[in-house]
Amino acid sequence: MTDVTLPFVPPLEAAGESYLDEGHTILSWLTSTDHKRIAILYALSITVFFFIGGVAIGLVRLELISPTGLFLTSDEYNRLFTIHGIIMVWFFLVPSIPATMGNFILPMMIGAPDVAFPRLNLMSWYLYVGGAAFTVYVLFSGGVDTGWTFYPPFSSDYSHSNVIAAAAGVFIVGFSSIATGVNFLATIHMLRCPGMTWFRLPLFAWAMYVVSMVMVLATPVLAMSLLLISAQRYFGLPIFDPNAGGDPLLFQHLFWFYSHPAVYIMILPAMGVVSEVFACFARRRVFGYTFMVYAMIMIGVVGFMVWGHHMFVAGQSPLANLVFSFLSFIVAVPSAIKVFNWTGTLFRAHIGFEAPMIYALGFLGLFTIGGLTGLFLASVPIDIATTDSYFVVAHFHTIMVGGSVSAFMAGIHYWWPKVTGKLYNEFWAQFAAITMFLGFNVTFLPQFVMGWLGMPRRYHYYPDVFQIWHVLSSGGAVILAVAYLMPLVYLTWSLLYGEQAGDNPWHATGLEWQTPSPPPKTNFLRPPRIDTNPYEYHDFGRAEETGDEGRAEPQGEAS
Amino acid sequence: MNISQFTTEASDYAVKVDHLFYLESVISGLVVLLVSGLIVVFFALYYRGSPTPRGLLPERKSREIEIGWTAVTLFSFLFLFWWAASDQLTALAPPKHALEIQVVAKQWMWRFQHPSGAREIDELHVPAHTNVRLAMTSQDVIHDLYLPALRLKQDILPDRYTYEWFNATKTGIFHFTCAEFCGTDHSIMAGSLVIMTPEDYARWTAAQPEGDDLAHQGKALFHSLGCSGCHTPGASVHAPDLRGVYGHVVHLSDGSTRVADEAYLRDCMLLPDSTRVAGFPPIMPNFTRAVNEGQIVELIAYIKSLTTDRQTGAQDQSPRGSP
Repeated sequence: MTDVTLPFVPPLEAAGESYLDEGHTILSWLTSTDHKRIAILYALSITVFFFIGGVAIGLVRLELISPTGLFLTSDEYNRLFTIHGIIMVWFFLVPSIPATMGNFILPMMIGAPDVAFPRLNLMSWYLYVGGAAFTVYVLFSGGVDTGWTFYPPFSSDYSHSNVIAAAAGVFIVGFSSIATGVNFLATIHMLRCPGMTWFRLPLFAWAMYVVSMVMVLATPVLAMSLLLISAQRYFGLPIFDPNAGGDPLLFQHLFWFYSHPAVYIMILPAMGVVSEVFACFARRRVFGYTFMVYAMIMIGVVGFMVWGHHMFVAGQSPLANLVFSFLSFIVAVPSAIKVFNWTGTLFRAHIGFEAPMIYALGFLGLFTIGGLTGLFLASVPIDIATTDSYFVVAHFHTIMVGGSVSAFMAGIHYWWPKVTGKLYNEFWAQFAAITMFLGFNVTFLPQFVMGWLGMPRRYHYYPDVFQIWHVLSSGGAVILAVAYLMPLVYLTWSLLYGEQAGDNPWHATGLEWQTPSPPPKTNFLRPPRIDTNPYEYHDFGRAEETGDEGRAEPQGEAS
Repeated sequence: MNISQFTTEASDYAVKVDHLFYLESVISGLVVLLVSGLIVVFFALYYRGSPTPRGLLPERKSREIEIGWTAVTLFSFLFLFWWAASDQLTALAPPKHALEIQVVAKQWMWRFQHPSGAREIDELHVPAHTNVRLAMTSQDVIHDLYLPALRLKQDILPDRYTYEWFNATKTGIFHFTCAEFCGTDHSIMAGSLVIMTPEDYARWTAAQPEGDDLAHQGKALFHSLGCSGCHTPGASVHAPDLRGVYGHVVHLSDGSTRVADEAYLRDCMLLPDSTRVAGFPPIMPNFTRAVNEGQIVELIAYIKSLTTDRQTGAQDQSPRGSP
């Protein structure tokens, strides 16, 4: 099975042309089934949504400078944080790394000419746009105020906002996740080039494999729960109404059965990206490659069994609390192993301090903090004290923003020369990376403190004793906003005036670097073949400085 | 407002929670120091171009390292779980005898009813050094009674009962607030928890205008709503005798069994069709429109007081809810 490959298109001069020159009309982009072009479409759309979600939370942070509010009504405030959550989770974070870097890099990484189902791939982007259209409609028709969690009976019976349209948007965008997941699974199973055995897959490919599995298995449950909410709201079907024998907790079980694995949908790809970046900029094989693979699989599997830790105070039985608490501690083990392995990768390495590496180190630090505070929340007594407080808000932002977004930026910078063929300005990129790390910490460390002191989340007005922490946090948000805007400027500049990067500016070993940058439509000029393990950097860290292959020959054990 | 209204450890349980928090903070701090320390050291030693010699690491040794830190991590996590769970377990067993206060939450206010009949809104007076059990329900959406000084939080569901119990050790005025997003004014659905000495509490209760206790108010309702027409021994209509039913197992007409706790008694009034006791005709009317949450609380208090003829059973068969 693993020997199946698609035929490579023969005409050489056509194959040598970059995917960017395959057509310059907008229509040529909107109808392209080329995985690289679809990745670009995704990248542009999620960037737009990232900034919409960012503006929403920017207004919230501004409002929170004063304990009694500045310029919003409570309803407007509730709508802003809700739309921030919906957009950031489903229209930015979930598709972020898989739909952009996964789409662009994964097929090249395993030596395939495209994904297994190119037209399904294009359809997934149109599904995303369809879901996005509903969300934009919600935005312009007054918003939605249920929080991104849609808890009934508030969402089903009491909210006076556009719940059904918002749920429809999320429902539809879920299918784009499923399509991407199915596509990646088929691609990794069927289209690996000769010699690319499972344990020669780069860790990014493994991350994509596990995350696709989670997407395919978990997302349908989200679709069901949103459909049931809409049925109760629109038709009065009393599924979650205890007066008619329904159960309001049923929704929370269904919702978190998706939404906890969704956290891993957001963080596993990030783990994949930083593994590539650490290997490349430490010039060393990732420490404990096999352990890293099994750790990801274990996270994917156990991640399905811990949803109940979101419901310790929801009215769940104490026994269930105990079981979910135990499983939550267990799922933290593989994450901890990964942190140690990334750190271990730096041992006896040749470490560079380029921008992708700074972002990856930022990921490592913040993921460690996010993971450790996860242990606090896995302990039932502490969770009871801190759930629904800013402590939880800070915890999951540390994972999802500090972790995933840092890794997303690491990947963008690492593969930027591959995708565009241009170099970005290293100084500004390093500056932005450091600013982002500092801005993040100034924003969220105060939230940990005030959460533990007792500041509940989703509060428009708050007791004035917490003002100092809110002001600090809002100040950090300004730094963070600047750090997010900077790449927009220097990357655009690089696109227009950047230096040519050459095929492999980092002298990286991945298969995706063994072809021209930007790559031709069929990805490779001749069918690729693999006969070494991944990350075969020189034993002592030096990759070959010259040669267009840029790949060091295997030299015994690189461990 | 003062931060001590949130941070004071007003019960022994709160002290335990804080100890666990400090323990995990110290462990986390050490791990962060370890990881960042290693990163700094590796950067200093192995910066690209640095002269440090870089020997090879045999595969076997690196596997030993992997297994080593996996085991260390696993066992420290199991230790933390054990610590946290043992705190939780001791806090779980609800006390046999407790002062039971009824809590009704609704958008966006709190109503409390004391066993003495005293009622209050957005203010909760409780005695210190006494087991206090809050039986809570919501009239609309999901709320959550968050008592920061006691480190307690429990969601409050519509048409269901959840419980929260504590034994406060410090007197004073503390903050409480809603922790589950419930709509427009969620952020101002707050109030004061007043912990008093038992003597002060008794004095406070006596000074409240409501003359009758809950059970007596329930008794009046029981008659005025017509319940007594059927549910009195010797009534001509065939309806279950309610004496001593609270806390006991009942067999339902659909073959299932339920413990007659607050939730069941409430369902009997609001969902009579699905809670019919085996052997009785389906003639119980639906009282959904006839009673409000406060009246249900009073009726249940009355039914619970009807235990004179049989011995008092296990007080609480439904261990739902946090400590």
